[in-house]
Amino acid sequence: MTSPPDAWTAVRGRPWRFLLSAWPWRALAYDLGSVVVGLAWLMLLALVLGIGLSTVILVVGLFVLAAVPALAHLAAVLERRRLRLVLPHGTEESGERPSLRESWRVQRGLPVAWSEVGHLVLLATLGWLVGLLAAAVAAAPVILLLAPWLADDDVIDFAGWRIDSGPEPWMASALGLVLLVVAAYVVTWLACGHAALTRLLLDPSDARLAEAVAAVRRSRSGLADAYESERRRIERDLHDGVQQRLLALTMTLGSAELEAEGPTLTLVRQAHEQAEQALAELRTTVRGIHPRVLTDHGLTAAVHEVADRSPVPVHLGLALDERLPAPVEAAAYFFVSEALTNVVRHAGAGSAQVHAWTESGSLVLTVSDDGHGGAEPRPGSGLEGLRLRVEAMDGSMRITSPPGGPTSVRMTCPLP
Amino acid sequence: MSAPVVRPLRIVVAEDEALLREGLVRILERAGHQVLADVDDADALLAFVERTTPDLVITDIRMPPTHTDEGLRAAIAIRAGHPETAVMVLSAYIADAYVADLLDSAPDGGIGYLLKDRVGHVRDFLSSLDRVAAGGTVVDPEVVRQLLRRSRSDGPLAALTARELEVLAQMAEGHTNQGIADRLFVSEAAVRKHIGSIFAKLPLDPDSDRRVSAVLTYLRG
Repeated sequence: MTSPPDAWTAVRGRPWRFLLSAWPWRALAYDLGSVVVGLAWLMLLALVLGIGLSTVILVVGLFVLAAVPALAHLAAVLERRRLRLVLPHGTEESGERPSLRESWRVQRGLPVAWSEVGHLVLLATLGWLVGLLAAAVAAAPVILLLAPWLADDDVIDFAGWRIDSGPEPWMASALGLVLLVVAAYVVTWLACGHAALTRLLLDPSDARLAEAVAAVRRSRSGLADAYESERRRIERDLHDGVQQRLLALTMTLGSAELEAEGPTLTLVRQAHEQAEQALAELRTTVRGIHPRVLTDHGLTAAVHEVADRSPVPVHLGLALDERLPAPVEAAAYFFVSEALTNVVRHAGAGSAQVHAWTESGSLVLTVSDDGHGGAEPRPGSGLEGLRLRVEAMDGSMRITSPPGGPTSVRMTCPLP
Repeated sequence: MSAPVVRPLRIVVAEDEALLREGLVRILERAGHQVLADVDDADALLAFVERTTPDLVITDIRMPPTHTDEGLRAAIAIRAGHPETAVMVLSAYIADAYVADLLDSAPDGGIGYLLKDRVGHVRDFLSSLDRVAAGGTVVDPEVVRQLLRRSRSDGPLAALTARELEVLAQMAEGHTNQGIADRLFVSEAAVRKHIGSIFAKLPLDPDSDRRVSAVLTYLRG
């Protein structure tokens, strides 16, 4: 038998199941809590408003009043937690919850959430009254139930009904039993109503949170773009500057070789070889920064080049008809490049495959090999670096590499 | 001058990088060739070729204004409009698309594709120019090596033996039978025999030079 997921479901379910469950008690706890919390907020709010309004003429008051939205946020955070008493599911976001401190810090950067302020005002005024009503409703049947014992010592005056002797206390007790059932329902309904109103007011701040996350994402992809254009600039400077000069140097040395003789010729040849080595090293560096073929011809040509350099035979299946946005091309290129490097270094593979295609507005790229598997993205590893790079583009990466192989790495990146 | 000059060629150089352009002109003039003009963009190149019909054009692939493949397109246009002008295309790096475009445009030779690094090996570079000017096809050894590394289990080349592939690669680089024999340490007769069996095994275009056709087949994989 599964128990209902929250008080609202329970109260609408079978009466016996509801009455014997913990939900009426949890609802009561919530209601009583509302009284304590609501009154506490009322006093605090009155204090802040009092000080704020009385010192507003000294400007200080404005700062005091400015603290109200922050207090409202604090109240919202606490109420969300208290909400779990009656609605354990569907309140807080899933996954990692920000700590109170983080939440507080984020709050300072966001515009005033008037719904949270409204919620605080309601909690400080109506909230505790509702709680008080629930407390009274819960207290009535308890008093009636205890009537036979209470009547021994005293006279009970219950809503104009004087209970003092004879069968009356027992009738009262029986009535109390009935009222207990009614009270359970009323208390739970009140709690649910209060909780629903709280959620109604606080849920819009989830939308604000989503907005804040979107802003963070934008700044992240902005950083990635800036990083990418910086790489391109460095590549361009090296390619157009140093590389050309070295090339011109090898030409001059090549000409000198034709005319030099004896020991001079040996020296010139050495100089030529050294210049060529420097050129080769520079070319490797430039390729690692941002290959020119990628800029000029796009992903397909650049991946062909990587595949051609690979000591492990690579089969390519690239279904990309047109150029992709530059940041996506760069991320995809480095993905293939790094994945193939891993295949060569670690996989012990006989061959590898690279496939790329676009699918519902995303670029999908897979690199697989027939090696021994067991690949894992450790922190600081190339694979982990790739994941971060792909995620900065709002993409995702997945590795399947059972021991014994085969290994397949797949990235998906949305096309803007 | 120790570089062998087969005949002085009338050459136009197109290269937007001033340092390299000067270096090229110096090398060519020292070798006894006549540099008719050195230009820095493809339009000027085409205009010059139109006016002077040189023996040879040396052009960089990337040139202004877009810095993509102006030089390559100019080369293809020149081969199409002026069969008497040979073209040597220089590139900073290997790009497959270039090689395929270039070779498809010149089924009768007179065309070359070299990496810029090759220019520093002046003697080899000059002899490559001579071969292209004489109607040969020269492809950079690095490009040839890269093509050779690709698996070609399903193409027409699958029929060739390892030795025949080696000979064909040397042909692609533009070497003569004697040159191939020297490089592979075999007799020229042996090279001729290999080439004969290569011609027999490959589906060659009967209308063009068999040697060029075989090289093209090879380069296309």
